Amino acid sequence: MACFLVPAGVAIGTTVAQKVVESKEKKVGGEGTTKTGLSWSRKLSWLNKLLWGGTILLALEHVWHGEVVPWPPFLTAMENPAEVAPMLHEMATIGVGMAIFVTIVWAIIVMIVELKAKAMPEAKVKPISGGE
Amino acid sequence: MWLIMTALAAVITTAIWYVKAPEGKYKLGLLSLIFWGATLMWFVDHVMAYLAEGGEFFEINLDATLLGISVIIFALVIWEIALLVSDPRGVLKRMRKGE
Repeated sequence: MACFLVPAGVAIGTTVAQKVVESKEKKVGGEGTTKTGLSWSRKLSWLNKLLWGGTILLALEHVWHGEVVPWPPFLTAMENPAEVAPMLHEMATIGVGMAIFVTIVWAIIVMIVELKAKAMPEAKVKPISGGE
Repeated sequence: MWLIMTALAAVITTAIWYVKAPEGKYKLGLLSLIFWGATLMWFVDHVMAYLAEGGEFFEINLDATLLGISVIIFALVIWEIALLVSDPRGVLKRMRKGE
């Protein structure tokens, strides 16, 4: 119904957080804030891409299934008062579940990257590029 | 079906990104993260719907397949727009200069 709106909200928050962290890192004057040479703004950009990518593709799926329309109120569930409560329930369960699951997977990725860097000899640790 | 197709696209894109890494010129990392984001979200959606309502875990029919194809095309379009905006090979820049 509208479950993708929850990850979209989280994505807005993490995008703002990334911009704030990025400006703070610029002020301090160094990108390599962790042992991997990866800044927190870069790591947050992975989370943003996961959340925004998922949100956009899920929005397409909702349009495909006629749950989102290009005219107000945009969500077909909003047209019928009886469907509003199930929609909110779906957002609170599936939507929140999606946002939490994506964030957990991202945290695991970050943890693995950090652990791999710690296991490497000091001389071999170079800033990683290519993750965009 | 769209979950399977998106997951397949995510796996293939990640493999290509890894082969090309650490060079991130063509933003393959962005494409794979878009696919992975959608795959993870649809996975949660499928699991929760299956636990709540039961029935088939995967919807396998023509409509679901067409949706899967549309999703992949849409993600590729987003990636290509990002690629054209960043223009890593300077193709658009050279075209503007009339080369």
